[in-house]
Amino acid sequence: MNKVFSHPKSLRNIATHYCAGCGHGIAHRLIAETVDELGIREKVIAVAPVGCAVIAYEYWDFDCSEAAHGRALAVATAIKRVRPDNIVFTYQGDGDLAAIGTNETIHAANRGENLTVIFINNAIYGMTGGQMAPTTLLKQKTATTPNGREASFHGYPLKISEMLALLAGVKYVERVSFFSPQQVIKAKQAIKQAFLNQINNTGFSLVEILSPCPTYWGKSSKESLDWIRDVMTKEFPLGRIK
Amino acid sequence: MKMKTKILISGNEAMAEGAIQAGCRFYAGYPITPQNELTAYMAKNMPACGGEFIQAESELAAINMVYGASAAGARAMTSSSSPGISLKQEGISYIAGALLPAVIVNIMRGGPGLGNIWPAQSDYFQATRGGGHGDYRTIVLAPSSVQEAYDFMPLAFDLADKYLMPAMILADGMLGQMMEPLVVVRRPSAPSEVEGSSVVRGRNTEDEIRTTKKWALTGCKGRPANVVKSFFMKEGALEIANLKAQKKYRAVENKEQRWEGLFLDDAKIILVAYGSMSRIAKSVVVQLRQEGKKAGLIRPVTLWPFPRKIFEQLSRKKKRPAFFVTEMSYGQMVEDVKLALECRCKVDFFGRSGGGVPTEGEIIKKVRLL
Repeated sequence: MNKVFSHPKSLRNIATHYCAGCGHGIAHRLIAETVDELGIREKVIAVAPVGCAVIAYEYWDFDCSEAAHGRALAVATAIKRVRPDNIVFTYQGDGDLAAIGTNETIHAANRGENLTVIFINNAIYGMTGGQMAPTTLLKQKTATTPNGREASFHGYPLKISEMLALLAGVKYVERVSFFSPQQVIKAKQAIKQAFLNQINNTGFSLVEILSPCPTYWGKSSKESLDWIRDVMTKEFPLGRIK
Repeated sequence: MKMKTKILISGNEAMAEGAIQAGCRFYAGYPITPQNELTAYMAKNMPACGGEFIQAESELAAINMVYGASAAGARAMTSSSSPGISLKQEGISYIAGALLPAVIVNIMRGGPGLGNIWPAQSDYFQATRGGGHGDYRTIVLAPSSVQEAYDFMPLAFDLADKYLMPAMILADGMLGQMMEPLVVVRRPSAPSEVEGSSVVRGRNTEDEIRTTKKWALTGCKGRPANVVKSFFMKEGALEIANLKAQKKYRAVENKEQRWEGLFLDDAKIILVAYGSMSRIAKSVVVQLRQEGKKAGLIRPVTLWPFPRKIFEQLSRKKKRPAFFVTEMSYGQMVEDVKLALECRCKVDFFGRSGGGVPTEGEIIKKVRLL
């Protein structure tokens, strides 16, 4: 009998610390499956962020480095330059990639570093207790926008993927989401493309994933997925950006 | 085959050449005066050696690139000057926490704030006390000549590799800019100068990295996955890691104190100075000796670990000498001198900072008043 489905070798078979309904578990698994399918587990070096996914290295079973908050792409740049034959990716949240690490993000992208970036956009800071992120939507209530995000005080949701797509060094940008099983399958296809691009020396590739945070959105798991579909994708349209 | 050649070169360039000779194959830096010649030398010469040079978008990015390159097994370094070194403290703390070797050059200039671009020694506290957050230390070497600027680079890399911690070269704008004759020993590869350390030369020595740096991120082929990190959330885990680091720091303090002494046997007044200042202090000591005064000099070569041993030894003599510390700061190393002497000897100080350099005349005048 042929085995058609099994636990990915690149994902340790242990319980994660993530909240119920969180998208990180799905994203971790999609990456692990992709790494296995591409047969690159022994070549992969991941750079984990500061944020909810800070201990992603405890879940993935391949080489990983921690990076200071926002510096993942500086760390990854150097790893890839030193080891061009390895497959190097960063896994970063919206605070990490689009607030404290904006400078490192833009310049690694602009240098056209041959890297894969998995960008988890859940429109909030999860680990620190639900503060406003650069991608927080207008009117969205957070710990630091108790009356909702207002453009005149807090500025607008930052569309960093669209910004990065303007740079000549960036070769592939796609925004996907987790709001339905079909969307998860699409997300996996995008992740695979971003890894294939690196294998083929195409250049900087980024996949932005609209990912649920039920705990700090104050919603159930189901409501969170519906909110991504009905509200979040209006601000952050899905599809290939570049 | 070794080949010795004598060249005229600036301190900044000598450090870059010394690093390349030591097997450094990754450099990231950001422009700041007065250390730009080091960065330019790396940009010109690193690619020819098969290494990587990156002009980073910021000091933060540069030091975090060094973190990544070191995690990947390369000998990696960055350089900057005082305001830039302040920015690098985040990364230095992470490097210390993640037990990574790395070399950081600080060509000190005047501060605080933007200060100015003249030489200073006012980053001593920052360099010797860790500098960033958390209980950690950085090995600090203080060259006093262009030759030493070159010679200390392999030493810094070897010490960083041996103890898996950051090592800093602490010099000033005068030494960085000054040109002096340098004897360059060109070697096909620099041998390890410290027992038990490894010399890993970037991407060319994959087997060597895998055997000597077993913790490095090389891809998990044939071994369990490696993780480079400084994060320990489990109850008690950070304390265990920190205690282990403290034990290492005590070992460094015991084994790696370095200093140079002059006329210490019969000296009644001992001048203490490091780096560029030690050369001025040496001239003062020679002049005082010519006048018949029993003057001596201690030049700390390692600032951390501070060479306490020689001070303790001298302070327990029957006829205790007095000490006179001079720095291009308003008194930073003098605190370590006092701590080492534990009130057994008299300590005086003269320093200038913010662009002024204590002159021989000024120092002699102060010493005569004692």
